[in-house]
Amino acid sequence: MSEILDDIIARYREKDGNVIFLLQETQEALGYIPEEAVGYFSKKLEIPSSRFFGVVTFYSQFHLKPRGKNIISVCCGTACHVKGGSKIADRVLRDLALSAEGETTEDGKFTFEIVRCVGACSIAPVVLVNNRAYAEMSADGTSKILREIKKKESDESK
Amino acid sequence: MNQSEENKKKVIVRVCIGTGGLAAGGKEVIEAFKKAIADFCVDIDLDFTCHYQKVGCRGFCARDVLVDVVDGDTSVTYQGIKPDIAKRIVEEHLIKGEPVKEWLIDDSYHAFHAKQLKILLKDCGTIDPEDIHAYVKVGGYDAIKKILSSMIPEDVIAEIKASGIRGRGGAGFPTGVKWEACRKAPGDVKYIVCNADEGDPGAFMDRSIIEGNPHSVIEGMMIAAYAVGSNLGYVYIRAEYPAAVDRLKLAMAQAHEMGYLGNNLFGSGFSFDLRIKLGAGAFVCGEETALIASIEGERGMPRAKPPFPVQKGLWGKPTVINNVETLSNIPYIIRNGAAWYSSIGTEKSKGTKVFALTGKVKNTGLIEVPMGIRLGEIIYDIGGGIIGDKKFKAVQTGGPSGGCIPAELLDTPVDYESLGRVGSIIGSGGMVVLDETNCMVNIAKFFLEFTQAESCGKCVPCRIGTKRLLEILDRITKGLGREGDIELLEGLCAGVKSASLCGLGQTAPNPILSTLKYFRSEYETHIREKKCPAKVCKDLLTYSIIDAACTGCGACKRACPAGAISGEKKKPHRIDPEMCIKCGACFDTCKFASVDRE
Ligand SMILES: Cc1cc2nc3c(=O)[nH]c(=O)nc-3n(C[C@H](O)[C@H](O)[C@H](O)COP(=O)(O)O)c2cc1C
Ligand code: SF4
Ligand code: SF4
Ligand code: FES
Ligand code: FES
Repeated sequence: MSEILDDIIARYREKDGNVIFLLQETQEALGYIPEEAVGYFSKKLEIPSSRFFGVVTFYSQFHLKPRGKNIISVCCGTACHVKGGSKIADRVLRDLALSAEGETTEDGKFTFEIVRCVGACSIAPVVLVNNRAYAEMSADGTSKILREIKKKESDESK
Repeated sequence: MNQSEENKKKVIVRVCIGTGGLAAGGKEVIEAFKKAIADFCVDIDLDFTCHYQKVGCRGFCARDVLVDVVDGDTSVTYQGIKPDIAKRIVEEHLIKGEPVKEWLIDDSYHAFHAKQLKILLKDCGTIDPEDIHAYVKVGGYDAIKKILSSMIPEDVIAEIKASGIRGRGGAGFPTGVKWEACRKAPGDVKYIVCNADEGDPGAFMDRSIIEGNPHSVIEGMMIAAYAVGSNLGYVYIRAEYPAAVDRLKLAMAQAHEMGYLGNNLFGSGFSFDLRIKLGAGAFVCGEETALIASIEGERGMPRAKPPFPVQKGLWGKPTVINNVETLSNIPYIIRNGAAWYSSIGTEKSKGTKVFALTGKVKNTGLIEVPMGIRLGEIIYDIGGGIIGDKKFKAVQTGGPSGGCIPAELLDTPVDYESLGRVGSIIGSGGMVVLDETNCMVNIAKFFLEFTQAESCGKCVPCRIGTKRLLEILDRITKGLGREGDIELLEGLCAGVKSASLCGLGQTAPNPILSTLKYFRSEYETHIREKKCPAKVCKDLLTYSIIDAACTGCGACKRACPAGAISGEKKKPHRIDPEMCIKCGACFDTCKFASVDRE
């Protein structure tokens, strides 16, 4: 991991020394921001780790825990909300047996997130599966997609 | 390509790959066209060559995938195209010359466009956003060339002031006045920042402009930079918009290559360059002082104004911050003149405004209308009325800072002052239509959940105030509302509005105040009768099966995720209220309307 982090530090030094950039690159490379990475940066750059955590916790983009293999994001922005986005969110919670938004299934296969508008409001309600947008979704339609992914996952592991 | 291929006529197949187009399978449609052409080539010698053009959002995303077939002077538009239809279009239209009637755009497509006036969106959706030459061909970069060769910065500012354009990011501040203040601020180093944070959850104007016509934004920034005396600009854009970021990066690279960005542009001595900063998902970062903090790499917290960014902005230097749509307008104003621009719109609100028309209207999409058009015209003429011919209830404009406007005010003209008078705002351009099945208390609660979560926490009235407001709304929707709650809401709203530091807190009460103003009785029914008239608030509903109507088909039993429904086949079923989680699945599933919701 330290190689990746050193590379990010080098690019960070070239840029204007922007902590958000550093963290965005880390998340891009590792999928989340491990605490060790923050410790490493803090030591190498002589910046207190509290400053990193301050930024990480302020912005919803950053994750301190690893995320699942498949990311299911249900949009609950205004346009999706008025067309039943929360019903879809409730369904995903139940289908994946999770208790809250942001959680990952035990087998690490799925993370469920609620997003607030992905800018596709005219085809609401929208569900993103691994960043691909599905238009005019229903709870049933979402369940179907989840079943398909689950099937693919179990076929692959056979 | 051999000689005979070159002599063949060119047919252009233009496919929408905006967000809606991609979701509906735009890329697959292009592939299907290519495959169909290749397949036919085997057997017949085609008398044309087919070229593909990818375009950004064309507005009517609900009809995606939209495909134009351009053959010489004639252009035909298809709607709702799926990959398997491509072969038919190739065979019947391209080869035999007979357009496939059933997929052609219809009257409602034309009605959607009839009352629009497209200035910015005209090029969005017709030019290839990934090709700088396409923008140049329609007059792109003419404005900056004109300015650099014949206008001094003061002239440019005078022109923008005369056009009357006001900022499209929400506040409606006159753009020319802002530029002038920055020009006059002392200092050698100044910055231009394009605000592409687009935080209103229900709006996608800026996204579509950047995806569909990125060069217009770049050119607008160049003009702004020349006017105020800046050589470096930043685009602060949401990381949630990866496609827009890619388009913008590509556009910048092409502009560099052409010598449209960089040093000594067009031999004028003026230099300008651009950088991109990715937002990291915080609504408050759309506020200009918070945005500056975020670009500087800090937590994005607003600070008190003055000093305004035009005096003390990014890295402490004078900075102009403008919204994407504002900047995108600039080249068109310079090219066509201030007089032309100010002839559109109303006395105090000039030009056109782009809105994201969404929610319960039949025709959802991105629209551009002249200022002063009536709300009713947007909803009924452009939007085609309410889905399922349900009853219109309200239109929400301005997102979390705005309000809900009821049916009796649909005659209101859309301009900054008029919407302000009825308790809402134009805002950035979100327009969400609500019907009789939407609960207004629920809508107010939805927005407060948003603002409460997004409050940066710097100042107490906003941090604690939005929390208290949300708590009260929450208990009202749960059937625990008390007498006096409405008055409590009103008092708190006034406090949060007047005492918060930034626009987020100052406007957060608006969704409550406007729904209280026009839909007070809905609040009262929730509090006094513990009922939700629109049947949305879960905790106020009970589900039961009407014995006389139930056929015993068992569909609800299979649909129920909680196992709360029992009954034998062909006999009336029953819901166990203890086990019911009020998901509504049985209500939606029953074909015989035998499930009662009260
Ligand atoms: C909480 C909050 C969020 C805002 N979000 C945005 C935004 O997403 N995009 C935007 O252009 N302006 C936003 N604004 C307005 C900006 O602060 C600023 O007024 C605007 O970018 C100025 O550009 P304009 O004059 O071209 O409108 C926001 C303001 C507040 C208070
Ligand atoms: S009003 Fe809210 S968002 Fe704005 S500074 Fe205060 S706490 Fe932060
Ligand atoms: S509302 Fe949902 S949980 Fe309750 S009975 Fe119907 S299907 Fe079952
Ligand atoms: S509200 Fe869901 S995409 Fe905009
Ligand atoms: S994305 Fe295709 S028309 Fe809007």
